[in-house]
Amino acid sequence: MHQEYTVVEGDFVNAGKASSSVKKTLKQLNVNPQVVKRVVVALYEAEVNAIAHAYGGKVLVDIDADKIRMVVADKGPGIPDIALAMQEGYSTARPEVRDMGFGAGMGLPNMQKNVDKMNVTSEVGVGTTVEMEVNFQ
Amino acid sequence: MTFYHALQIEDDRCIGCSRCMKICPTEAIRISGGKAAIQEHRCIDCGKCYEVCPAQSISIKDDDFEMFRKYPHSVALLPAVFMGQFPDEVSVSQVYATLYELGFAHVMEVESAALIYKEAKEKYAHEHPDVRPFISSFCPAIVRLIQIKYPSLTENIVPIKAPLDLSAMYALEELQSRGVPREEIGLFYVTPCAAKVSAVKAPVGEEKSVIDGVINMNLLFNRVYKRMKENGKNHQYKPLTRQRLSADAILSTLTNGERRICTAKRSYAIDGIENVMDFLDKLENDEVEGVEFLELRACDQSCAGALLSCDNRFLCGERMYSRARKAAERERNGEMARDREMDKYKDYLIEHSLVDEVQPRSMLVLDEDRVKAFEKMEKIEKMKTHLPQIDCGVCGAPTCEAFATDVVCGKAYMEQCVFYRLHLEAKGKMTLHEGRSNMYSVWGDDRISGEIEV
Repeated sequence: MHQEYTVVEGDFVNAGKASSSVKKTLKQLNVNPQVVKRVVVALYEAEVNAIAHAYGGKVLVDIDADKIRMVVADKGPGIPDIALAMQEGYSTARPEVRDMGFGAGMGLPNMQKNVDKMNVTSEVGVGTTVEMEVNFQ
Repeated sequence: MTFYHALQIEDDRCIGCSRCMKICPTEAIRISGGKAAIQEHRCIDCGKCYEVCPAQSISIKDDDFEMFRKYPHSVALLPAVFMGQFPDEVSVSQVYATLYELGFAHVMEVESAALIYKEAKEKYAHEHPDVRPFISSFCPAIVRLIQIKYPSLTENIVPIKAPLDLSAMYALEELQSRGVPREEIGLFYVTPCAAKVSAVKAPVGEEKSVIDGVINMNLLFNRVYKRMKENGKNHQYKPLTRQRLSADAILSTLTNGERRICTAKRSYAIDGIENVMDFLDKLENDEVEGVEFLELRACDQSCAGALLSCDNRFLCGERMYSRARKAAERERNGEMARDREMDKYKDYLIEHSLVDEVQPRSMLVLDEDRVKAFEKMEKIEKMKTHLPQIDCGVCGAPTCEAFATDVVCGKAYMEQCVFYRLHLEAKGKMTLHEGRSNMYSVWGDDRISGEIEV
């Protein structure tokens, strides 16, 4: 099953739309509540990243009977050093974003912690794509 | 598996107007044969349907009022909001005295146990520092809501008996310690809502409640108030001294009542089922950080706005505040509240306050087998694209999505959709007669009248 969502730059009000919808689907599939939680936390984090750092993007979700695959692809400045960005506390968020309670530098590490597989590819000046996978079992 | 719920729709009164179906927060109601029906696994007894029904066809299953007379030691266990029902000129002691006149051997307000409940709750929270936020178990409609809709949060509910159960246990212990045999004791809970009836009849995390019967609060109010009118203005009520609740206990059933005395650092008090669902959606996504305690109540203004409240929720709430102010004044003057009498049983009650952990029972699961659930979901998604998505409710389900789910789960059939029927009729695949029969099967056969002249 395929679902698609659009993420708009700076639209924090609508952060969590994709993760809420995915959450409902997984509950209907009788996925373990703790696994649902991991998926939702990771996806929400990715949504917020795309809203805060990029000029918008897309969330693509593919669900089958035993796993979920999520791709969050944004058009934006890209990440020059992915290894550095994966460190807890590292953040390039603008002050106004931090004032809203986002941008603590926990985004990517937190996503990594909650998923079974994660792959980040990025090109400076073009955008970033985060691919994540969570197994239901 | 069957699930108990206290709200009942009486078929001969139901006019099949579907107001209840549209307002139900858990989409638990469908229309069939011109009558509304509750799907028990989805009902949390919040009572939204009860409030909106224009035909008074929804009732709350209570026990026979006269049942208490069978017990020499009948105990009326009152919710504190009961006192908030009476006009200002009626005093608390007059209400107590009238209940004795009506035949109750003992009268007790269940909030007497509010502070012991608070201690038991915080003790549990202290012993389980990894469970945050901890969610109050006070409102049974909320406990059931979390079970069916927010399964990942069931472990956050404090598995502690509510004040009403603790009070009942206290009454039982106290009477038995005076040598009264159990069979002579009848514990009757006066309920302000449907959810508390379910909490007594089918408690979550326990085998059986100690309470022997339930009396609807509005019924008891009528009996008491009638007796007072019959007594007349000059009636001498028996003076009573043992009816003092502390201010904290009186306020505990109102919104913020638990939160204001809770020692947790960051906490929220949320009332109204829609507000609660909105918040729990965020909490489930981990969007709310650092919250330690949640007081969640299904009714707007908490128990002052309970279903069986006989008066406006704000009037009732203010009367309770007024009583609490007087109680606080007395406490400042050194007078001891009745709650303290319970203190000698405090350790016993706290020790016996624990129930089993609340288990999830998701209403959303399409099938226990995930592969089958997945197949069903794909069918639902496909079907949704053929439905008008205007949630008209003519099919007898509250939304197009709920209808699609019903069809895929074999609880409804596609031809119930009026748009789909028109499509079939236009294609010559269904006769007008068949179409009308389908309409009858949902809405009954007396809805379509003759031609109307304007």
